[in-house]
Amino acid sequence: MVSTGTLEGVGGRAEGWRLRVDGGAALMAAASGLLALLVILPFGWLAYFAFTSPDGALTLANFTALVTDPSLAAPIRTTAILATSVALASMAVAMPLAWLVARTDIPARRTIRILMTASFVTPPFLGAIAWEILAAPNSGILNRLWRDLSGAEVPLFNIYSLSGLIFVIACYTTPFVFVLLANALDRIPAELEDAAGILGARPLRILRDVTLPLVLPAILAGALIAFLQAMVLFGSPAILALPAGFHTITTKIFMLFQFPPKPHVAAAAALPLLAVTVLLLWGQRRLMGRRQFTVIGGKGGTTRRVALGRWRYAALAFALGVLAFPVFLPYAALLKAAATRVASDPLSWSTLTWFNVHFVFYEFSQTIPAIWNTLILAASAATLGALLAFAIAWLVSRSTHPGRHVVEFLVTAPVAIPGIVLGVGLFLAYARPPLMLYGTLWILFLAYLTIELPPAFQQMRSAFRAVHPELEEASRILGGTRLTTLWRISEPLVRPALVSAWCFIFIGVVRELSAAIMLFTARTKVLSVVIYDLNESGDLGAIAVLGITMLVGTLAIVAFASRLAAAPNLVQRAG
Amino acid sequence: MRIPLGLAGVISAFAISGALAAPPEPVSITPALIEAAKKEGVVAYYTAVDVKVAEKVAQAFKEKFPGIEVQVERTGAERLFQRIGQELESGINNADVINTSDASHALYWKRKGWLAPVLPDEVAKKFDKAYYDAEDGTYAVWRATLSPIGYNTTLVKPEAAPKSFADLLDPRWKGKIVKAHPGYSGTVLTATHQIARDLGWDYLDKLGKQEVMQVQSATDPSKKIVSGERAIAADGTEYNLILAKRSGAPIEIVYAAEGTPFVPGPSAVLAKAPHPNAARLFYIWSFSLEGQQLMHDVGGLRSVHPDVKELEGVKSLSEIKLMKDDADDAEKHAEDLKARYAKAFGT
Repeated sequence: MVSTGTLEGVGGRAEGWRLRVDGGAALMAAASGLLALLVILPFGWLAYFAFTSPDGALTLANFTALVTDPSLAAPIRTTAILATSVALASMAVAMPLAWLVARTDIPARRTIRILMTASFVTPPFLGAIAWEILAAPNSGILNRLWRDLSGAEVPLFNIYSLSGLIFVIACYTTPFVFVLLANALDRIPAELEDAAGILGARPLRILRDVTLPLVLPAILAGALIAFLQAMVLFGSPAILALPAGFHTITTKIFMLFQFPPKPHVAAAAALPLLAVTVLLLWGQRRLMGRRQFTVIGGKGGTTRRVALGRWRYAALAFALGVLAFPVFLPYAALLKAAATRVASDPLSWSTLTWFNVHFVFYEFSQTIPAIWNTLILAASAATLGALLAFAIAWLVSRSTHPGRHVVEFLVTAPVAIPGIVLGVGLFLAYARPPLMLYGTLWILFLAYLTIELPPAFQQMRSAFRAVHPELEEASRILGGTRLTTLWRISEPLVRPALVSAWCFIFIGVVRELSAAIMLFTARTKVLSVVIYDLNESGDLGAIAVLGITMLVGTLAIVAFASRLAAAPNLVQRAG
Repeated sequence: MRIPLGLAGVISAFAISGALAAPPEPVSITPALIEAAKKEGVVAYYTAVDVKVAEKVAQAFKEKFPGIEVQVERTGAERLFQRIGQELESGINNADVINTSDASHALYWKRKGWLAPVLPDEVAKKFDKAYYDAEDGTYAVWRATLSPIGYNTTLVKPEAAPKSFADLLDPRWKGKIVKAHPGYSGTVLTATHQIARDLGWDYLDKLGKQEVMQVQSATDPSKKIVSGERAIAADGTEYNLILAKRSGAPIEIVYAAEGTPFVPGPSAVLAKAPHPNAARLFYIWSFSLEGQQLMHDVGGLRSVHPDVKELEGVKSLSEIKLMKDDADDAEKHAEDLKARYAKAFGT
């Protein structure tokens, strides 16, 4: 772990001493301690299980099984294809859309942004279920429509297939990439582009030579996130791949935990995921090298929008088309499923029914407890998680101590552990004395905190990266302590990122399924698990009602949080 | 070793079984029991029965005994088996009453010492000894169902419908069949065991080549043929087909020429139930003629209580050729069965 005594490499002694007295050190010690607890424990259990046999002897047999057992090798291949395709597809869509929304005068750009965020609020598993209703080969609404219109026998699209799975996952990773890119584009001040313009560069050349390099870190981060998410996602493949008769690594790992459980092989199957992630993150850092751009300094900056002219409405059509797949169509399908007894029934006055709503809110005994558990967990994990991400991102981006790489690795690493495997690691760690947390909400809280810390941290770090330390340095020179500086200068500068980190985590918790499914008990059930349970028995109407409730609730809370924290033009005011 | 998640078992089975030599005194509902149950105020009911049926049973119980809530935890029997094992092995006692559709689970739980001896009077008096633990009174068959073939009559004309399991191997059904998974559903595990035993694995291997849509719960295939997603359900539960038919869906049931798997679903009270009185009240009530008739009426499930009146439109068990249930043998072959199944069907 990182030593908190000397955080600054240069002039370490004086700085370190200062840290200890002004309270920053306590914060850092707490953060590193917590990280260790959060990350090393499940990692440790994973490693232990991967390299041992059920009787506790050291062995490599679990890894040989990965290569030699075809039932394990095939899911690994499938997952590689899946993750790569999802990353490419979501980049191809998110890049132009982010540019249009952030840098052009496309109509309704605020609405487009809000809707993209709404699609991010949609849990991928809910999207997958909605797409079952839309594009199941025979009963899918779109396929029925296609058959009626074209007279064809063959369905237009079979969602129970690898390409169907890629499509649905990409629908819900694209918003992540979009948000990352759009935020990065927001932060580029117009001066740089103007300068290029004044020097005679055409718009495309500016895009290529100025804008693109400036957002390259965000592009790489976006591709990375899409790849990793597709790789570790459990719900969507469980919903779409299993009916088609194939596995991804995560569904396979889940099956390995079913009776009779094989946690050792499962742990071994999870380690390649970890290795791939570490490699990718390392590659990203190498590739980026020193190419870091500080674009927000003590001076204000505004962005300028490219005028699209007659292309404005073509651009809008593109944006609406992109939004149709993750938002319009799925929610239309869910609404229809909520209002009819059989999701594929034609919609008419005679098929409309309150049946599903009545069942969910008056008969189904799990609805209220599940909503309650989800709310408590999401709010608490978001609050602690955002603060932690803020503190750690500050530590990592403002210190030069070599230990910061360790901290950075520790805080980013959970991205590599599939939720399911983290769930089992936590289960093994906390289903025994002295910390008997299984059966309580605490174990879920720990899982969510661990899972949501990496994206929150990345967000906070890029916020810190874009803020030049000069403002903080000024505060220190004027005699402010580190803690004062942190709260009076740094926090207001990155507050938009802090709030969006809170929202990210809140949404992330509501969306999370794969760890929760290993950690819940009947009394600590969350909405995602309830929905997954209902899907396994094909109760689409109830799912639709719960899913819509979940969306409306989450959006309301996130909108409320954003409003609370909305402080206009912080950057300029600070300057 | 049947220990969820490979955790070291702390309860040694042999220390507990055999401790009870004689069957326990049959019990019935007393005012004292109702009073004590009301003090506890809640019963946690873990069940593998269809969630809507489970909630209806819960509702009826709440109306009969106001003031006692029923928390329904429903999932597939095999999933339930894993979850309850995980909870109990970790010392978490949430469950009061448990109902499965894989009879071998009751044998396992009893061996582990997890079940309380509660023999409802009604069961002792009326039930065939094959349908309850006559030795120690730890479990009894609360419900039974069959795992027949089902089809959508708008997609398949009755004269063209399959008459037997062998008919499902016809190339014209390729891509048209849906079936549930024995790794999730106790009904399907039991059915697969009987089918593999009576028809041989050869049948299942061939069925695996029919581009079958693989769902999880035995309650799902009926829903998939109701929606028209597939034309034929190769397995699933009879009661979901009955319920779908009753609601007006174009569904027909086929009792295969080779015989139809018979799936008894035992219930039990947990030895460490957190609400022992409410648990007993719910359990004993669920075996009363009233409880059994309700289960049959609202759920379309079969009762082994001889006095339950079968509703019209439900074919009498005596007219159906049944495959023989053998929980002991199913338990012995469960692991091998799931592995072979995964080979034949891909997941």
